[in-house]
Amino acid sequence: MIKLKVNGKNQQFDGDPEMPLLWFLRDELNLKGTKFGCGFGMCGACTIHLNGKPTRACLTPVSAAANASITTIEGISPDGSHPVQVAWQELDVPQCGYCQAGQIMSACALLAKNPKPTDADIDSAMNGNLCRCGTYLRIRAAIHQAAELKASAATKPAKAGAKASGAGTNFAPRKSGKQ
Amino acid sequence: MAKINRRSFLQVSALAGGGFLLGLYSSKAAALAQGPQPAALAPTDFVSIASNGVVSITARNPETGQHSLNMLPMLVAEELDVDWKQVKIVRAGVDAKYGIQFTGGSTATPNNWDAMRQVGGAARQMLIAAAAQTWGVTVGECSTTAGSVHHKASNRSASYGELAAKAAQMPVPDFKTLKLKAAKDYKIIGTTTNDVENKDIVTGKPIFGIDVTVPGMLYAVFHKTPVPGGKVVSANLDAIKQLKGVRHAFVVEGKPRPSNFPNYLNDDPGLEAGIAIVADSWWAANSAREKLDVKWDEGKWAAQNSADIAKKADELSKQTPMRTLRKDGDVEAVFKRSDVKVVESQYVFPFIAHAPLEPQNCTAHFKDGKLELWSTSQTPQTGRTILSRLLGMPEKDITIHMVRGGGGFGRRLYNDYMCEAAWISKQVGAPVKLLWAREDDLQHDYYRSGGFQYLKAAVDASGKLVGWHNHFVGYGEGETFAHSAQVDGNEFPSRFVPNFVLQASVMPLGIKTGALRAPRSNVYAWVYQSFIDELAQAAGKDPVQFRLELLSNAPPAGTQGVMNAQRMMDVVKLVAEKSGWGKRQLPKGTAMGIGFHYSHRGYFAEVAEVTVSANKKIKVNKVWVAGDIGSQVINPGASENLTQGAVVDGMSEMLQEITLKNGRVVQSNYHQHPLVKMSQTPPIEVHWIKSNNPPTGLGEPALPPILPAIANAVFSATGERIRTMPMTKQGFSFA
Repeated sequence: MIKLKVNGKNQQFDGDPEMPLLWFLRDELNLKGTKFGCGFGMCGACTIHLNGKPTRACLTPVSAAANASITTIEGISPDGSHPVQVAWQELDVPQCGYCQAGQIMSACALLAKNPKPTDADIDSAMNGNLCRCGTYLRIRAAIHQAAELKASAATKPAKAGAKASGAGTNFAPRKSGKQ
Repeated sequence: MAKINRRSFLQVSALAGGGFLLGLYSSKAAALAQGPQPAALAPTDFVSIASNGVVSITARNPETGQHSLNMLPMLVAEELDVDWKQVKIVRAGVDAKYGIQFTGGSTATPNNWDAMRQVGGAARQMLIAAAAQTWGVTVGECSTTAGSVHHKASNRSASYGELAAKAAQMPVPDFKTLKLKAAKDYKIIGTTTNDVENKDIVTGKPIFGIDVTVPGMLYAVFHKTPVPGGKVVSANLDAIKQLKGVRHAFVVEGKPRPSNFPNYLNDDPGLEAGIAIVADSWWAANSAREKLDVKWDEGKWAAQNSADIAKKADELSKQTPMRTLRKDGDVEAVFKRSDVKVVESQYVFPFIAHAPLEPQNCTAHFKDGKLELWSTSQTPQTGRTILSRLLGMPEKDITIHMVRGGGGFGRRLYNDYMCEAAWISKQVGAPVKLLWAREDDLQHDYYRSGGFQYLKAAVDASGKLVGWHNHFVGYGEGETFAHSAQVDGNEFPSRFVPNFVLQASVMPLGIKTGALRAPRSNVYAWVYQSFIDELAQAAGKDPVQFRLELLSNAPPAGTQGVMNAQRMMDVVKLVAEKSGWGKRQLPKGTAMGIGFHYSHRGYFAEVAEVTVSANKKIKVNKVWVAGDIGSQVINPGASENLTQGAVVDGMSEMLQEITLKNGRVVQSNYHQHPLVKMSQTPPIEVHWIKSNNPPTGLGEPALPPILPAIANAVFSATGERIRTMPMTKQGFSFA
């Protein structure tokens, strides 16, 4: 029986100890934010924090996380209010968005130890995270912006894009989608 | 005002969708895509307004990262006349009532610019009609402002929310009679809106295909024949079934392809032979796969090797070409003239893979003769047709839910993973999530085709390009090119050179080829724009000046879908101005290069400044982009992001290759098929010309010019011309 903490909650696992943490998080705990990209430690889409250190979940057996504290993208804030998440939304960083959870996890780890990184610091910390859409310039800008947000400690509320509450039914009663 | 005849609408839209897809990426594609939309779309299928004023707008296209999920509703909202803050975006299901649901060919804008504005405008008219009827006034006396109808004379107003129920009963106006806004009155078009799913993305919500979960779902891997067309002879399935967590393991016979080079979008049954393993978890299924012991009948392609292909191409280049695709003037006579300089070159490029970051996956549930799927397909309507044929069931019994795709780049135009998931679910009688490993993705792609370009051209004493001969050696059989592997006689510089010949020879090929972001353009731009640089040098002219002179040999007005010289000259001039072309003193080892290309109705010219070190490391210092995609850049923020991404994507393509050994693909993961990293990404400045033309798409046309811009800059900096891709074959890499 392997015991570990994920996003502050105690969890346990008694399956194949060689199974990568990625699949434990995604398919056992239903935390889908951590992504599978290469299974080979090449792309960084599966980046999580293991005892605070950015780590590739696709190459880390669950056994290697025994008694460790894991943080995933779902655990860095309850509501998307972490300065990195806020900056990402404000600068409209994502294109497809698939790599971004891993990018954000690497960025959070960088800012935790280096609150005012230079471009070179950022490049060095982020070079293991690939973005197939090529959003690197915005990622770099968002990390600088997050550093400023953190420094001013006056995090502005996130702009939630075009989301609004309330479902429309009056004008066009929706049918069941079948033809 | 005529009520829509629903039956005739469905027929027309089905034809329009099918006709378009059939023509996709053929020479008729551009014309077809500019053709008429379905006779009419029902506004009520796209717009729904709640009594509290929230306006739900349905986006009909699959989303793989181009922001069409925002862009389509922006067009509706503009003409509906609502505040963007009132809008809630809803993703459509797959249904013929929505007309074309397709992501590819940079068509989201041209297919929707009129159609979605008309939907919004028609809905607005229906709201006005409801208000006018309520108040007993004429519609002409009413006006709208953000979400309300007004009758000025009586000082009455009603919100859209109040009018919605009644408006839904109003007749649908004829789209042709709608008076749409003048561009100067736009409030949403031309302003940046952030991706509606940003918050879900940054908080890790389960919004991608790979995240779909269905109650009772099992997990599948599909171990396909490593050589295309191979068959399973035997496998240790009994042993596999004993492994922990494994529920099923069985042979899939596969469906033979209808011919060697079918139109994969429409005709590919999408089912290679292989072994399906279905388990309680993906990890269990994939672990079991590692214990598989399969004996394959590898079929007729098992001996194909990249080295042999290159040898064969070299032989073909010395023989009479198999076909002549275009012949203007007398190029041979030009080459014999004593007053011309003749330049000869050959350019070689490899197959490359799409490799979107989200590996192919699909969740399928076959139950009681009906099929339900959750798919990231860029062509869900075509996918449904293919599934219907494969499984022998009517399309009406197949429901497809569109799910955000982690990148497309053309890979998800093809529906093989969808066919596999459906087949496996039907076999096991349970919902199944099929997920490919990265190795499956790189080794079972519809690859950007490789090829060999043999070029010979002449410039006269005045430095004018007077003759051009191009022998393209590619893939196909007889008169048929492999899918998305053709050359087109309309490609620049045809029409601009009086003596021009394009010929082609083809070789047979086992692996599948397909459309990768800016199909063919993504590499032909490098070939032609590099060779044009060689000719500028031979002519003793500045590369920008040489190009402008060539473009000014304006041929008669082009047919539809063919490059307009003036628009291209304008972006070339703009990028030269913005980059300070010829005006800046650069240190030794640092130089600038230019490339331009027309594709997908977009005009792009790009300049790169590079510094090349003694060990051939290229540092791209900066890139300038000038583009003309018509009169409007609908979502400027997203457009800049997409354009910068296209530049980065093009840089990656300079490093990538897929090779064949014994009929199978050698490369297996990103270490052998790299992507550019953040530290290698230059600053990228994007400038627009808003020309007086209908807005067109941006998914693709910004990509092609970056390859020649960098390659030409490298030549200027080093004197060495990059004529082989990946450029690592000549020892170059990015610093």
